[in-house]
Amino acid sequence: MSSYEQLATNAVAQIEGAVDLDTLEALRPALLGKKAPVSLAKKDLGSLEPDQRKDAGQAINAARQTIESAFTTRHAELASAARAVALEAERLDLTEFQADPDAGHLHLITQSRDRLEDVFIGMGYTVAEGPEVETAWYNFEALNIPEWHPARGSFDTIFVNLGEPEEVMLRSHTSPVQIRTMETQEPPIYIIAPGRTFRTDTADATHLPAFNQIEGLVIDKGITMGDLAGTIDEFVRTFFGAEVKTRLRPSYFPFTEPSAEFDISLPDGSWLELGGCGMVHPNVLRNCGIDPEIWQGFAFGFGIDRLAVMRYRLDDIRELVNNDVRFLRQF
Amino acid sequence: MKVLLSWLQEFAPDIAGDPVELGETLSGLGLAVEEMTITGQGLDGIVLAKVLDLSPHPDADKIQLVQVDAGSGEALQVCCGAFNMSVGDLIPFATIGTVMPNGMEIAQRKMRGEMSNGMCCSASEIGLGQDHDGIMLLTGQTDSQPGAPIIEALGITEDVLWDLEVNANRPDAMSVSGVARDLAAKLGVPFTFPEFSYTSSGLAVTDEATIEIVDPTLCGRFLARTIHDVEIGTSPRWIQQRLIALGMRPINSVVDISNYVMLELGQPNHTYDLGSVPGGHIRVRRASEGENITTLDGVERTLLPGDGVIANRDDLTIGLAGVMGGLDSEISDTTTSVLLELAWWDPPSISRTIKRLNLPSEAGTRYRRGADWGDNMPRALDRFCQLISESGAAVAGGTIDASGTTPDRTPLPVRIAKVNGVLGTDLDAQTMSDHLRSIGFKVEAASGAENLTVTIPTWRWDTETETDIAEEVGRMFGFDNIERTVPRSEIIGHLTDYQKARRSVRAALVGAGCDEIQPMPFLGPGDLANAGMPEDGVTLTNPLVQEESILRTSLLPGHLKAIAYNQSHRSGPVRFFEIGHIFMAPTDNPLLPDEREYLAVSASDSEAPVAVQLLGLLDGTLALPNVQLRPSVPNGMHPTRSADVVIAGKIRGYVGEVDPDVCKAFNIDGRVAWLELDLEAVLNGPHGNRKYSPVSKYPSSDIDLAFEVPDSITAANIAGAMRKGGGKQLASVELFDTYRGSGVADGARSLAFRLRFQATDRTMTDDEIGELRAGCITAAQKQKGVKLR
Repeated sequence: MSSYEQLATNAVAQIEGAVDLDTLEALRPALLGKKAPVSLAKKDLGSLEPDQRKDAGQAINAARQTIESAFTTRHAELASAARAVALEAERLDLTEFQADPDAGHLHLITQSRDRLEDVFIGMGYTVAEGPEVETAWYNFEALNIPEWHPARGSFDTIFVNLGEPEEVMLRSHTSPVQIRTMETQEPPIYIIAPGRTFRTDTADATHLPAFNQIEGLVIDKGITMGDLAGTIDEFVRTFFGAEVKTRLRPSYFPFTEPSAEFDISLPDGSWLELGGCGMVHPNVLRNCGIDPEIWQGFAFGFGIDRLAVMRYRLDDIRELVNNDVRFLRQF
Repeated sequence: MKVLLSWLQEFAPDIAGDPVELGETLSGLGLAVEEMTITGQGLDGIVLAKVLDLSPHPDADKIQLVQVDAGSGEALQVCCGAFNMSVGDLIPFATIGTVMPNGMEIAQRKMRGEMSNGMCCSASEIGLGQDHDGIMLLTGQTDSQPGAPIIEALGITEDVLWDLEVNANRPDAMSVSGVARDLAAKLGVPFTFPEFSYTSSGLAVTDEATIEIVDPTLCGRFLARTIHDVEIGTSPRWIQQRLIALGMRPINSVVDISNYVMLELGQPNHTYDLGSVPGGHIRVRRASEGENITTLDGVERTLLPGDGVIANRDDLTIGLAGVMGGLDSEISDTTTSVLLELAWWDPPSISRTIKRLNLPSEAGTRYRRGADWGDNMPRALDRFCQLISESGAAVAGGTIDASGTTPDRTPLPVRIAKVNGVLGTDLDAQTMSDHLRSIGFKVEAASGAENLTVTIPTWRWDTETETDIAEEVGRMFGFDNIERTVPRSEIIGHLTDYQKARRSVRAALVGAGCDEIQPMPFLGPGDLANAGMPEDGVTLTNPLVQEESILRTSLLPGHLKAIAYNQSHRSGPVRFFEIGHIFMAPTDNPLLPDEREYLAVSASDSEAPVAVQLLGLLDGTLALPNVQLRPSVPNGMHPTRSADVVIAGKIRGYVGEVDPDVCKAFNIDGRVAWLELDLEAVLNGPHGNRKYSPVSKYPSSDIDLAFEVPDSITAANIAGAMRKGGGKQLASVELFDTYRGSGVADGARSLAFRLRFQATDRTMTDDEIGELRAGCITAAQKQKGVKLR
């Protein structure tokens, strides 16, 4: 072993003996600095015979490279070990932070309503809204329910102490929005009208005096009962799933003619009544200044609360208005 | 409306098949089946028994010992909880081993030490009526001997009972025969009315009665007959059973026949004690103002001119037309001669009276929907006379048939194309005509004509127009046979900007940890006062409960109730938000309240700054123009920790903290931060107008300045002043510290701001920045009492 190789071997031994980065860095001047043996040996080259200089020079360079390489390797080893120690000290149990999310929650009705709106927007509808307190004209008369009509009683209306008795009321359905829309917009009309509605139903597990409905109205040329059935079918398949079927049964609403209830199929093969629908009654169109000989349309409506109750199998509809965070934060 | 299969078959004998499928067919006709029951089933083991003896249970008060003969001729002891029997009564008795209709098996058992060998049954326990209070008493209703199966003893056969939901436009389906007509048409089987015949006595009704229709718009038709030798007793059991099955209680032989005819043919009718109608003279007219009548329920009622009345010869009211008879002319146990009325009343008139007096009845329900004014009227009269003459009564000959105004039934032209156009079908004239004729519409269809000529039957008062005819065609064709299509809107479906902004407000608040609540908009008396607000909410006429009798004028009470509710369940602290309508006294429209969509945010156990930060969040979300807080004392708010929210110069709501006294009034512990905005005004006003300014590529410099500021001057004021002083190179002003205490004068605080200077076109020099700094200080100190620290 040449003296230069010996020099490198000694240096590498020192480097590998360094236990941490500080110790290693402290060795650098002694092993690779100006006063290091390899540096001094290079300086001394001139004192050698010319024929020895080349070999010696190469040997010195090789020794230096060996030392530098050992330095780099050891540095990487020690840095990695130091990082491991430092990171270990930072260890966190992430499960400690799983609980108690900071984000709030949209109300179940809002979530349901948004989903419904989005389906109908995709089908080419816009969303119309109206006041919750209405006059008899919008809630009844314009909808072909004259003052003496037996159907009025079935709406279980909550009246408001304004105007003549029974002239102003909390709307008992979202249908007044149909009238308001037809009064102010030219056909074609494709709207849905979600919103709060009111009836004199004492609150219990399945009833609330204030609840939510969504209503659809289409007025266009050549609209048929087949369009109504097809639209309900398309909506139901989009909202509930492609396997869900619909059927229409004749029914009666003063503001539609023909009128029907629509049912959706349940997995067990039975049918569930979802809402009411029908072709807009010519009298309703006339009441809004629309010529029923030119324009035809359909309307449909159903309860949003009931959908939420069905979807999440709520056993008490009052949870929707109790505002209990133990309920609200579930959705 | 309930119907029995056996009764339907009296009009259409070929109606048959699986009861569930028949029910589906009825539902498909618009007569939704609410409930189906197979009657006369599950009565095996139930026999006729005779009560031999009754004695108290030695060890129990609520049951007694009954000895019955259940056929063996020997006394059998049972313990029974009912006390309505007498010795000698015939009763239904469940023998040991009987499985009751509800699934319970009767076994021999001891009750408080006494043997019980069976069970005495109530009507409801064996499905023969609704009465469950006492044991069903059968004395006089059967000739069978004890031990006879109850099915034989009562002549019960298996039957199907459907409870149908009949809509207001189907007066015809308020009768067994009407349902039979519809069902037979759908099934394609014949439907006919049986002949209802009787033999009249030697008398003539025209000698005994006169009907005078004073107001023809009230009464379209009035038929009358007189009947003598009437004996008021119990009606035959088959009549009673059918009435019970259809939900009516048997009363006596005359009332039962009256009800039977109404249920069967849909024609309400009324019987007067002929003796109490002087001369048999009846006048039909509208009531005069202030007229009174005592109806047969004993209540004296004040009438209005629209009400229809039946008056006697002396013009005294003896009945409320179509609604309820008068007490004085009512038949009694001693009545032997009656005047039978079968009338057609104007539906709106009857409807108004029923509604005003709140007097719904089976008859009224049929009249207000429009009873049949055609041949069904004399038919019903015949049926009544047939049934009553079977019990020995003598019907006077002839009929009085007085006419008023009945609905116009001129044949109606119906466009085939329009019917197809409404339904979305392609039916030809023949098919349409067949469908309509199957339910009694008369149709003339000239070959090749574009129109049908349709005569609407008299049992369909509600059916008037071409569209009504289209509905009938669709109903008989089947809605589910119509090809389904989807119209494609030319409109691009979208949310309005308002609706989109509202969704982003919700999303932002949810992101800030707020849970959305939806309290009902009702308040009770005192709620507004407790919330420090005037009690000027619009009130409800018919609230369900007083706690829900006022419409909210603010979202605050609802939130405070919700916070208190959650605190009482040890949940919280909570952060809530709500977007909902509030209702203030009418302004522009005198009829409707000033109704607006509001947004509220509340945070329990939180102070005012939380609400201000949430306002900042909304400001950022909506890009509101120039949001300023103007100190104020809104109702219900903390007097020194609240401000009006001013957006683009208009007050749009308020922010801060709820008055501690208000919190206390709602039983809330701790503070509540509150923000309420007129969301409708905010979103309909300017917002979302974001302007690009280039991002500077040059370095910025920060300078901190602290001022002593009197409490009367807001931080926003100082920041605003400095913004002006700093010009466009002042990139941001941020308040980073507030301090009160030594070194700062009383009534003032130290406000420390960090100012960032940056130009978009160059690196600013120290001199430049120094100049701007000085400008900011000068601007801030222009406010009285502000001093640089």
